[in-house]
Amino acid sequence: MQSQAEVKIGDQEVKHAQQSEFVSFTVAGQAFCLKITQIREIRRWSPVTILPHAPVDVLGVMNLRGAVIPIYDLSARFGLQQTEASERNVVIVVAVAGKPVGLLAESVSEIISINPEDIQDTPQVDSRHTMEYIQGIISHDDTMVRIINLDAVISVPEQGLS
Amino acid sequence: MSGSIQDTFFEECEELLEAMDEGLTAVEGGDHDPEVVNAIFRAVHSIKGGAGAFGLDELVAFAHKFETVFDEVRSNKLQLDPKLIQLLLRSSDHLSDLVSVARDGGSTDEEHHGVLIAGLEEYIGEEEEDLTFEPMGLGGPSMPLPIADESEKTYQIRFHPLKEMFGTGNEPFFLFQALSELGPLKVELDESELPGFDSMAMDESYLAWNMTLTTTEPKSSVEAIFEFVEGLCELEISSDKDGEEEAAALAALNAAFGSPGDSTEPETPAPFDSPAPAEAAPVTSPEPTEKVEAAKPESNKSEQRGPKPTLRVDLERVDRLINAVGELIINHSMLAQQIANLDVADLRDVETELEGFKNLARDIQEGVMSIRAQPVKPLFQRMARIVREASSATQKSAKLVTEGENTEVDKTVIERLSDPLTHILRNAVDHGVEKPEAREEAGKNRVGNIRLSASHRSGSVCIEIRDDGAGVNRPRVKQIAIEKGLIPENAELTDSEIDNLLFLPGFSTAKEVSNLSGRGVGMDVVKNAVSALGGRINISSTPGKGSTFTIILPLTLAVMDGMVVSVADQTMVVPITSIIETMRGSDEMINSLGADGTLLSIRGNFVPICDVAGALGLRKPDGDQPPGVYLLVETETGQRSALAVDDIHDQRQVVIKSLDGVCGNIPGVAAATILGDGKIAMILDPESIIAASPNSATFDTERRMSNAIAS
Repeated sequence: MQSQAEVKIGDQEVKHAQQSEFVSFTVAGQAFCLKITQIREIRRWSPVTILPHAPVDVLGVMNLRGAVIPIYDLSARFGLQQTEASERNVVIVVAVAGKPVGLLAESVSEIISINPEDIQDTPQVDSRHTMEYIQGIISHDDTMVRIINLDAVISVPEQGLS
Repeated sequence: MSGSIQDTFFEECEELLEAMDEGLTAVEGGDHDPEVVNAIFRAVHSIKGGAGAFGLDELVAFAHKFETVFDEVRSNKLQLDPKLIQLLLRSSDHLSDLVSVARDGGSTDEEHHGVLIAGLEEYIGEEEEDLTFEPMGLGGPSMPLPIADESEKTYQIRFHPLKEMFGTGNEPFFLFQALSELGPLKVELDESELPGFDSMAMDESYLAWNMTLTTTEPKSSVEAIFEFVEGLCELEISSDKDGEEEAAALAALNAAFGSPGDSTEPETPAPFDSPAPAEAAPVTSPEPTEKVEAAKPESNKSEQRGPKPTLRVDLERVDRLINAVGELIINHSMLAQQIANLDVADLRDVETELEGFKNLARDIQEGVMSIRAQPVKPLFQRMARIVREASSATQKSAKLVTEGENTEVDKTVIERLSDPLTHILRNAVDHGVEKPEAREEAGKNRVGNIRLSASHRSGSVCIEIRDDGAGVNRPRVKQIAIEKGLIPENAELTDSEIDNLLFLPGFSTAKEVSNLSGRGVGMDVVKNAVSALGGRINISSTPGKGSTFTIILPLTLAVMDGMVVSVADQTMVVPITSIIETMRGSDEMINSLGADGTLLSIRGNFVPICDVAGALGLRKPDGDQPPGVYLLVETETGQRSALAVDDIHDQRQVVIKSLDGVCGNIPGVAAATILGDGKIAMILDPESIIAASPNSATFDTERRMSNAIAS
């Protein structure tokens, strides 16, 4: 039950005048973003089916037009507190290694376009996990937006459940 | 989808190699029927012909040698002794290697190639020069049969062309000319059917010819002349000489067919490309003995009619269809749910229609699934080769006997079974079957016997590999497990638990790393492969008598019947095949055993209770849960257990959605499905729930193992 969209995404990796577009969203009060081409769709939160024996950051699975996709709580994944259920919560559907995966975020903010030169390296901090998950940072409207390294956040095949 | 001619050739090669393997297996089994030999010859010949067209010289050269030997066998110049049969088997393996090399690239073992060529050449006599290359179509009418009767015969031929024959531009005269080359020919025109001028249709054929031919050639040569007008004429060929033989053979043939044949050979207007060469063979066979008569019935029936017409379809199309049908079934349950939620007083009519819809959907689904279902025969045939290679590599002799080859299983299952089966069979030869000397000492036949069988067993497929070797060496297995730190030294294990140690990762019993097994991949790989297919594997063993591996697999991978239950506010599905009965429990049915064990009493029997919610970690096992609903299940090992769930909602067909790649292996969960409301429900695996249940009185080996390591 592979979806159709994934092919499209790879092809769309065409840079418009060197500018990249990012979708920014909030996770546990912090601003994060993902490259727009990595995102397949954004869905309103609906209750998921719980997976037995799942770690805290795996919320469960969801039905995406006939496909079963896992939903991760980004906040818990980053070692922050679990996201509280709210109307504004969204599921960002991304494709990791061709497989759709849902990421729970508090809310989606906006689309920002930036020059690749404006992306700063992640400063060295103690938390090793953070280093892995964050690809770089952008300054946008005086706030820091963290670029998520998708491959590090979600490694497929996900083996950590049992 | 590339439809190049070469692809078609390789596809055909697969079929031909299969046919060849099948024939050789029959020959190996003692069936030296000329028709079987002919069938092999034809297969090899067709491969050679196709390979020649594509300039696959190595393949052609080898196939030619191979074919030549077979020709000698056909003409009874060579006896099929065991040594020759072994050579032929090895050659056929090599031939299929050559085909794969030609297709996929790579190289073959030059040395092996040389050895086989030399071996084959030994059997090819000087007459090789006489061998004429007779072009022959795929499954075309047989060549001049080997058992040519040297004496002269007189054939009565009645030839009545149909109008279609003239439509194709065939000219009777040329046929007569060709016939007259075989011997003196007398032709008489039979114009008796000719109507008067008034009623004659221009394009109708009214004429027939009666011919008398005296020749030394066998009947098949005569038939060969009419090859191109097959199905375009009514043809009767009878000969005076083989009357008696024919009568006997026909009796055999009729017995096999269960049909009253007339005195002449029925030259039925056969399907164009399958003129059923089997017809000719038993008739002209010099020895239509009882053996033939006895052995023929089933095989003849299928061979005679030729292969059933089939259609080659891109697998992707079938899969798309299957997916669509899956969605249809989900859609149906959604619809049913929506209708049930409607506030309408009288739903009867709608429900009747909905029921019809459901039945239709089920029919379609079954039909589609049967497209994917294939007999395990080709898989089993490949396994024969594995056993052959394994036994020659280990200097043991072992024979594979297969049963239930026509059992149909989903194509994916067949594909993914190949590796585990190969592994088990290699192990069976390497570790199971003893050396011939040791076998003799133990009073067994020198040749080890490995039985591979497939059967349907109540909604699942059961594949059994049984060897008559030494069985599992339990003390040694235990010793190794202790040495490798898989179990603590003081572990007390039952026999079956020791046997199941073989499936633990990192276990390999071979003392010395042999060529075959013991490459570090153990039986755990087999177990994983089988579990990935939703099946399970069991081993049972008797020292000195052999071991049996039983693989139980679901019939299809796409849809199953399940019972929808609720567990800790979650909706889940339990496969119906594992449920024996369901019951509502009451307090007096529950009995405590020990500190935390509870037993359910069912009509005087006590069955351990397994709380599903607890086993899945969804609820802390506390003492005062309400007595809910119990599903009595039986595991493959025959243990019964009562699964405690909160409620039963429904029984319905669910589409299985694999959780592969979605998340790792979750204990207790086999897969997921999408329910009518669009929600996902877990499909439970009762066996592993019972194994994981802390409450359960039954303990799984692995669990005990991991506990032991943890402590």
